[in-house]
Amino acid sequence: MPDGAAVKAAMLEVSDLHAFYGESHVLHGVNLEVRQGEVVTLLGRNGAGKTTTMRSIMGIVGKRTGSIRFQGQELIGMAQHKIPRLGIGYVPEERGIFASLNVDENLTLPPVVKEGGMTVQQIHELFPNLQGRGSTQGTRLSGGEQQMLAIARILRTGATMILLDEPTEGLAPVIIEQIGVAVRKLKQRGFTILLVEQNFRFAATIADRHYMMEEGRVMDMIPNNQLAANMEKLHTYLGV
Amino acid sequence: MSTIFGIPPQALFGQLLLGLINGSFYALLSLGLAVIFGMLNVINFAHGALYMLGAFVAWLLLTTAGIGYWWALLLAPLVVGAFGVVLEKTLLSRLYKLDHLYGLLLTFGLALIVEGAFRHFYGVSGQPYPIPDLLRGGQNLGFMFLPNYRGWVVVASLVVCLATWYAIERTKLGAYLRAATENPVLVQAFGINVPLMITATYGFGVALAGLAGVLAAPIYQVSPLMGSNLIIVVFAVVVIGGMGSILGAVLTGYGLGLLEGLTKVFYPEASNIVVFVIMAVVLLIKPAGLFGRER
Repeated sequence: MPDGAAVKAAMLEVSDLHAFYGESHVLHGVNLEVRQGEVVTLLGRNGAGKTTTMRSIMGIVGKRTGSIRFQGQELIGMAQHKIPRLGIGYVPEERGIFASLNVDENLTLPPVVKEGGMTVQQIHELFPNLQGRGSTQGTRLSGGEQQMLAIARILRTGATMILLDEPTEGLAPVIIEQIGVAVRKLKQRGFTILLVEQNFRFAATIADRHYMMEEGRVMDMIPNNQLAANMEKLHTYLGV
Repeated sequence: MSTIFGIPPQALFGQLLLGLINGSFYALLSLGLAVIFGMLNVINFAHGALYMLGAFVAWLLLTTAGIGYWWALLLAPLVVGAFGVVLEKTLLSRLYKLDHLYGLLLTFGLALIVEGAFRHFYGVSGQPYPIPDLLRGGQNLGFMFLPNYRGWVVVASLVVCLATWYAIERTKLGAYLRAATENPVLVQAFGINVPLMITATYGFGVALAGLAGVLAAPIYQVSPLMGSNLIIVVFAVVVIGGMGSILGAVLTGYGLGLLEGLTKVFYPEASNIVVFVIMAVVLLIKPAGLFGRER
């Protein structure tokens, strides 16, 4: 157990989560927890169920059983639009920047759900690339800028937990570094972050713990400070 | 200036005005269709019937309760909008998981039922609806005579179209609508109640049809068939403008109305088909419509 693990309460507890897309059974009893202020990653190959786990938390997956508790409240069975209002912000893998909205409209689209969100000015300090681009069509930004915008719009809402799905996918190393700096700053600000990554080198620079997923299950949990000792295990799970 | 291209100016401007009036109704109706299609992906075949319903609500308010035009202008769209909300909640919302074709079939069936019911009770001959006192008479503009009521219809529909365009393109609520049109799942994942937005959008779209019905009542007669006479042209307008495009629907509506008017002056035989010829040409050259985006 990492230091202080027992002290902080679990913010998100997922237990025995099963999820289905139509007839296909995608998650087979996922168990994980994220404590307040932690950055936790889900690592695994394509199709291991990482994104589905996130989508299940947000209630986007049609059928799911088991339990997902956020700050003690059960999310399974809750109306879909009420889940983000508890303070969970979602940054999807495909980024989801709206083509029919400009950058400012994209940035201010998600409603503020809680007090204490970042101001637009603070967001611009975190992502200087977005400054002065307000009237640009959202999808005309570069891939890296779109990723920044996708993260930025959640920070305004006062969400305390962020689900980040593959923020580095398809980006140049210099942009990945910028995203990494931003995520570390968010951690310092006290955000709790659940991160899906295939790029474990990136994950290793920001996360406290890593869950290894395979075939819709969590196979293992490795604290970040024991990552070096577990490289062999990691390579088997990720197939790198 | 006794003639323009060999046509007396009175005839030319008279037909252009008629074209502008028709265009106003095309624009209002195709605007509602475009808003509904954008959000629900449903081609609302009931639109013509709901336009007719708006006119009938106005007529019934007047003949049974003595409630006049100006109140009808407010009440009839509300009644039609509420009817639309009930339809969406009880029937349409069950079909979203199926192919879009089912929504089209359902609304087509609804249109037949609504029209059939009114035909049963009121026959097919039109009921007259008087022009409100305030808008009787007309203005002599020098080159033509402009009946006040027709001028009012053009202005009112322009204002409504512009206000709708502004609300969708320039306000926060409109941003939700545009975003939910693009990616409803993600908008919901930000904490917005998308099913409620869908219901409200359908209600608003058909309320526009109801409003057009009230505006039309004093010009055309109030008849159960008034919707089906108009709606085929309106669908052509929507196809030409581009499915789901707000600006496209409005501009194409007015443009084609005017073009129809001009055709009546220069080659009357073609006036009934000019819209469809243009539709065929547009579909060949730009299948997504003049203002539409490929999906």
